[in-house]
Amino acid sequence: MDYQAIAKGLRKQIIMMHAKSNGSHVGSALSSLDILIVLYFCILKIDRATIGSKNRNTFILSKGHAVSALYAVLAKKGLLAGKYLKRYCINKTGLPGHCTKGCVKGIEVSTGSLGHGLSIGAGMALAKKHDGLRSKIFVLLSDGECDEGSVWEAAMFAGHHKLNNLIAIIDYNKIQAFGRTKEVLDLEPLKDKWEAFGWSVKEVNGHNFKELSRVLKNVPFNNSKPSVVIAHTIKGKGVSFMENKLEWHYRSPDNEQLKMALRELE
Amino acid sequence: MRQSFVDTIIDLAKNNKNLFLLTGDLGFSVFEGFKKQFPKRFFDVGVAEQNMIGVAAGLALSGKTVFVYSIIPFATMRCFEQIRNDLCMQDLNVKIVGMGAGLHYGIAGSTHHAIEDISIMRSLPNMTVICPATPEDTRNAFRAAMLRKGPVYIRLGKSHGILDCKSKQRFSVGKASLIKNGDDITIIASGAILYDAKECADYLLKNNNIKTRLINMHTIKPIDKNIILKASKETKAIFSVEEHSIIGGLGSAIAEVLAQSKNKALFKIFGLPDAYPKSFGDRNYLLKKSGLSAMKMASDILKVLRGR
Repeated sequence: MDYQAIAKGLRKQIIMMHAKSNGSHVGSALSSLDILIVLYFCILKIDRATIGSKNRNTFILSKGHAVSALYAVLAKKGLLAGKYLKRYCINKTGLPGHCTKGCVKGIEVSTGSLGHGLSIGAGMALAKKHDGLRSKIFVLLSDGECDEGSVWEAAMFAGHHKLNNLIAIIDYNKIQAFGRTKEVLDLEPLKDKWEAFGWSVKEVNGHNFKELSRVLKNVPFNNSKPSVVIAHTIKGKGVSFMENKLEWHYRSPDNEQLKMALRELE
Repeated sequence: MRQSFVDTIIDLAKNNKNLFLLTGDLGFSVFEGFKKQFPKRFFDVGVAEQNMIGVAAGLALSGKTVFVYSIIPFATMRCFEQIRNDLCMQDLNVKIVGMGAGLHYGIAGSTHHAIEDISIMRSLPNMTVICPATPEDTRNAFRAAMLRKGPVYIRLGKSHGILDCKSKQRFSVGKASLIKNGDDITIIASGAILYDAKECADYLLKNNNIKTRLINMHTIKPIDKNIILKASKETKAIFSVEEHSIIGGLGSAIAEVLAQSKNKALFKIFGLPDAYPKSFGDRNYLLKKSGLSAMKMASDILKVLRGR
């Protein structure tokens, strides 16, 4: 599968969605996109045929503010009609700016306030074990989200109960809402923290499709532990003037910037 | 009440393979039986209430009905946003069981008291709020919560014995029970303080020949509007009695109904003052200090009736 081509097309789509709606968080969406592509096109096996099945994998976008990337991926997967993407974050839309359960078939958990998704994922992982289902739960968190104490409550719980069917992915672009993670609240040593909480950890380049798919195909990394993938990413990835810039956590491209971004992605 | 709760939940778990019970490390000498009978459906999640609600949400999203337990402030306030976002916004089958209604934890102090919880829980869309007064109410509340779709908050106090209740009607969420009929005044109470309200009504009958209509408003949300409006037409005055702040609880819920009707009944709220107690003692001591003894309420009611 030509991940590069898919990623290029979806980046354009996402930038147009943000330009039209003036919606925030385009930088976060571009940071997460490649991870979402690998999940949906290689790992999860969620599509129109399997979405109704009980024994399929589940995905939770705990960093709900990156939902524009998820909408674009779901549309590409045929789980959401592409025409709705134009209605992202405008009045009367069914596609609001954070994950809202029930709006779109593929969005199964409401998120937006950080630090909720991992606990919910742990509950789902428990239920799967109880019911003897072998499928897995994947939860994508942001780096700033790891400031929330509830993330570590969930991490401790999942480690204690050896939830090997729970996989967390950290989109570690090193920029949170008001500054660099290093300056706001340093997460390092992040790998050691997860290991100390009973998780098995792998670090990857979050924009390298080969690496991402190789690692995500190999979960659980340890059969008696939950797995976490620390994905090193770049905020605003793919558009030179957005990359690594805090302001694209909030701004949306104007007409000129939209043209420039689309030209870069040709 | 604890015993009625634990017996009922064991009964329910026998018949419902999907029932799970989570506790935030509380329930010593309460949950051992449940844990022994249903080890795979019982989790002590540790002292981590935010995670408890999130895990409950994940289980509920997977088709389970989940009861979660802690002392009220920890079960409702520590994890409020998880209750709002995870349970209420997604309308999930999670039933929050809070122990220690009002001042039941008495001498333990204000951190363990629950004087704001009804107000907070009542404001949440999709949430049902039940405050059982008697052991029988408790059993009924749990059975009803199991059947009811969506999140339910059950506010428990301690048992104050069997209440001599004339009402033969079946327990139904949102339908208050009539404890005794009367045409002079109405007292509407919720939770264990119903026992004091009854003592107050008995006193008024014996000493002043005032016939009180006594109502057990076990469900605060949805509130039973009909029984309130009927009382406002048929009796001279309505008094609400609750072991909760005078802001946002039972009295407020009744006031919302009365203020928007054309019936202008005399109305007074008996509840805890909008303050944290400055002196400490057991529940009875604190209730008395707050003017919630049967005798003090009776004398206040007489004053209202005399227009003072």
